[in-house]
Amino acid sequence: MTTIDIDHVSRWFGNVVAVNDITMTVGPGVTGLLGPNGAGKSTLINMMGGFLSPSTGSVTLDGRPIWRNEQIYRHIGIVPEREAMYDFLTGREFVVANAELHGLNERAAQRALATVEMEYAQDRKISTYSKGMRQRVKMASALVHEPSVLLLDEPFNGMDPRQRMQLMDLLRRMGDEGRTVLFSSHILEEVEQLASHIEVIVAGRHAASGDFRKIRRLMTDRPHRYLVRSSDDRALAAALIADPSTAGIEVDVTEGALHIQAVDFGRFTALLPRVARDHGIRLFTVSPSDESLESVFSYLVAA
Amino acid sequence: MYDPTVARLTYRALLGRRRALILFALPALLLVIAGAVRALTGADDQIASNVLGGFALATMVPIIGVIAGTGAIGPEIDDGSVVYLLAKPVKRPTIIFTKLIVAVAVTMVFSAIPTFVAGLILNGNGQQIAVAYTVAALIASIAYAAVFLLLGTVTRHAVVFGLVYALVWEALFGSLVPGARTLSIQQWSLAVAQKVAGSDLVTSDVGLPLATVLLAGVTVAATWYAGQKLRTLTLAGEE
Repeated sequence: MTTIDIDHVSRWFGNVVAVNDITMTVGPGVTGLLGPNGAGKSTLINMMGGFLSPSTGSVTLDGRPIWRNEQIYRHIGIVPEREAMYDFLTGREFVVANAELHGLNERAAQRALATVEMEYAQDRKISTYSKGMRQRVKMASALVHEPSVLLLDEPFNGMDPRQRMQLMDLLRRMGDEGRTVLFSSHILEEVEQLASHIEVIVAGRHAASGDFRKIRRLMTDRPHRYLVRSSDDRALAAALIADPSTAGIEVDVTEGALHIQAVDFGRFTALLPRVARDHGIRLFTVSPSDESLESVFSYLVAA
Repeated sequence: MYDPTVARLTYRALLGRRRALILFALPALLLVIAGAVRALTGADDQIASNVLGGFALATMVPIIGVIAGTGAIGPEIDDGSVVYLLAKPVKRPTIIFTKLIVAVAVTMVFSAIPTFVAGLILNGNGQQIAVAYTVAALIASIAYAAVFLLLGTVTRHAVVFGLVYALVWEALFGSLVPGARTLSIQQWSLAVAQKVAGSDLVTSDVGLPLATVLLAGVTVAATWYAGQKLRTLTLAGEE
């Protein structure tokens, strides 16, 4: 059992408060740290990783302080968001160096490289790697000592769908093995697919915590706004408003488009193409007009 | 105190970067100058001392010290890759000490050896001048590496500050303000060189006992403080 305890932690940089009085416990299994860009996720992860001191409060691992305690890294593996690594090394040299710094040998490095399926490219220079390959070598470097805690900052950024799936499988496996895995993301779908437990951070504050289904419902039940252009806007509007999944439709004559407010997200997304087909209407544009994360999160905070 | 893995990474980072070209260019320039001077004026002890004191020790050694000292840690902190060293159960002073050893070794190889060879070219080590300046370069390498390693740990503008210290403070202020020379690694190492040469061709403004104390004190203090700074190094997030 390895647990990270964040107790009334705030962190400010000059006048800017990046993290504001957050208390949470991260235990075994996969936890997703969700929040829009600039919410303070990286600041929080940096404090959990011992690279930043809390301005107030404490961050501990099983009761031991993390800040200024290098022995804690026997239990923590870190996958930073930043791309920079020792680009002049080959993947294998890099992971071997990481193993040696833990007092381990090349076998540990090879095992970690096998875990992330990077053996095929291990003798190429890191500077030639794609983003996804870099991410996997970073993972390998964090796994060499089989840590009980794994911290990942935006691990899926820039990965293609296949790489994303692979990494998700790997993290899920780590969580199932009883490791404490925490990753940050600003994309709800990522967090939802992977994490059984979600912590939401908005503007430095702890906005929500718990099961993803609860948070998902909060997020999907909110009214969604869509902008739709079609071959017959009025006929489409008339047909859509008859269904309870829409709450309002505005015909924007100057724009030549419909502004639709949907209240039942799931039902509406199934309804729209069906109605269009049934009425012989062609859809030119369907775009969500308030999908910006800020609006999603502000809705969540208000809820 | 010494970690071979940290050392290996540091060597490869130092010698693999484009900056490393200066490490080769400056000694090459020194040898070209030495060859040209010898060809034009013949062997002359005073001129040999002027070239080694004025270019090798006053310019080349500190610049190579800046490149090796700041380069041993600065770029890693700048781009954030130092996190892979820091996220390990390795004592911070061990990381600093190891990097210091590497920086000292690189500075010595690229400054002291060319200084000795240039001395041989200039006057065949007459009056022990080549040996004296080589000893000065070896000693200065240690202090420069330590000071510039500390600069690389505490500031992102370490190269600029390092060059300002080496060229403006030591060279410019040192020649205008006599007092500034007391606080100059170059003068301290010259004090040792003066002892080795035992003639008026190599002189320092600082006495040998004081120079020894200052050299040792600065090296130890800079290294200790760099270790402390690394313990509390804060990696700012991207946000």
